[in-house]
Amino acid sequence: MSKEFIKGNEAIAEAAVRAGCRFFAGYPITPQNEVPEYLSARLPEVGGHFIQGESEIASVYMVFGVAATGIRSMTSSSGPGFALKAEGISFLAGGQIPAVLVNVSRGGPAIGTIEPAQQDYFSAVHAPAPGGFRCFVLAPQNVQEAADFVYEAFDIADKYRTPVYVLADGMIGNMMEVVELPKMRDLADLPSNDSWRFNKYNDDGTARILSTYMPMGELMQNKNKEMAAMYETWEKEEQRWEEYMIDDAEYIVTAYGSSARIAKSAVKELRAEGIKVGLIRAITLYPFPKDAFDKLDYTKVKKMFCAEMSIPGQYIYDVQNAVLGRSEIIPIQTSGGVIMETDMVVAAVKENL
Amino acid sequence: MEKSVLIAGFGGQGVMSIGKMLGYAASDAGKYASFYPSYGAEQRGGTANCTVIISDEEIGSPAVSKLDMLIAMNQPSFDKFAKKVKKGGSIIVNSSLVTSKVEDPDIEAVYVDANDIANDLGSPKVANIVILGAYIGLSGALSEEDGKAIIKKMLGGKADLLEMNYQAFDKGIQAVK
Repeated sequence: MSKEFIKGNEAIAEAAVRAGCRFFAGYPITPQNEVPEYLSARLPEVGGHFIQGESEIASVYMVFGVAATGIRSMTSSSGPGFALKAEGISFLAGGQIPAVLVNVSRGGPAIGTIEPAQQDYFSAVHAPAPGGFRCFVLAPQNVQEAADFVYEAFDIADKYRTPVYVLADGMIGNMMEVVELPKMRDLADLPSNDSWRFNKYNDDGTARILSTYMPMGELMQNKNKEMAAMYETWEKEEQRWEEYMIDDAEYIVTAYGSSARIAKSAVKELRAEGIKVGLIRAITLYPFPKDAFDKLDYTKVKKMFCAEMSIPGQYIYDVQNAVLGRSEIIPIQTSGGVIMETDMVVAAVKENL
Repeated sequence: MEKSVLIAGFGGQGVMSIGKMLGYAASDAGKYASFYPSYGAEQRGGTANCTVIISDEEIGSPAVSKLDMLIAMNQPSFDKFAKKVKKGGSIIVNSSLVTSKVEDPDIEAVYVDANDIANDLGSPKVANIVILGAYIGLSGALSEEDGKAIIKKMLGGKADLLEMNYQAFDKGIQAVK
């Protein structure tokens, strides 16, 4: 396999095509504009379709419609666009329609900033929209993972019939890195969706209905229980994380996405000075990798540090919920597009030895 | 060994092109590389900058706050970024457009009349290639062969421009020797 030097947003777009994505609808917003730009040229080359919708709301419902026919589909945006797409995302979850959502996030509420930040954690992980559902959420830390996770997101979406959310940021979207792109999938090899897709009749010849409306309370409750059971399966089977130098660690830094790669540099620097520090990086944000924190030997851990490019902290709530008071957790935070610095993480650990 | 360089100038000076060329060259040479541009409301004549990191191992932050090297293509870039260079680091100053001198004795300063050299060669457009040569000559992050290979690759079918670009590249290397 050859390696390419490619921009994050373009790697996301190309990986989607190679995963079998044949429909994209979206509306422009920095810092993700190269995703639709790239796909507007690339999708027609492979017999797919690209639509720049008249709005984010229209775009997500176009994805809803096409994905309901079993065609792998994606939309992307940044935080403010996801606010508008929220209703459609809830309908994707409620209709059990597989789709991939990519958020190249921004730096604050409202219009935010376009610079790198991790302010959309709650939005992605806990409340993409009302109704009490979950998205499967993956957080890449570099361009390679952005490509790999988008590629795999389509398989996860099909496996569970769920929207899968890839949470990136302006750094990952706009930087170029050396990447090995995944192989082109043959559409004939994709898993069959004949059992549920809308444009196929039931075995008894009746038309299919993909409805999110349950007229009876009990039917809705049953549906919600089914969904909850699926989320429990994810929590049991799909947690993912990376551990780095934690075996003898007295200090643990935890982070995800862009801030994790920066935290890792800090861990290397601190290790070079003989300080026993390790890193836990969350890869799935939902299901949250609780097991990584559960299996720590808290008699050895003196302190923990939670690094994120968000103020107020958001990731830290899930970390606290996993650590359950077994260790002090010290926040290390930047926001608004102020990129976390290795020195900042190094200094925070040293101040707390 | 991880080496960072911030390249800054006016939009249109080829700042992003040099950055990308370094990234492509490093990638072709089997190294880790990152290119992180200023992005958003950029325009011709406005300011533009990018950070390139070339490394033998996995890269941490692509947007470091302390630079090993700065390439200042114009005066505002020098004024803004010179203070971000580490002690022991270096600055390549495009002395055709920057009048300031590096005053910190702990920072190596190299002055290259990139625009004048380019004009002498017959095209102001190759000023960035002069600087590319200067960077490769000074940093050692990539070989001269890597640099020339990427110039050839980027020019693609425009073979008639290759000789002038090679000359510009060589002049850049000579300027830092």
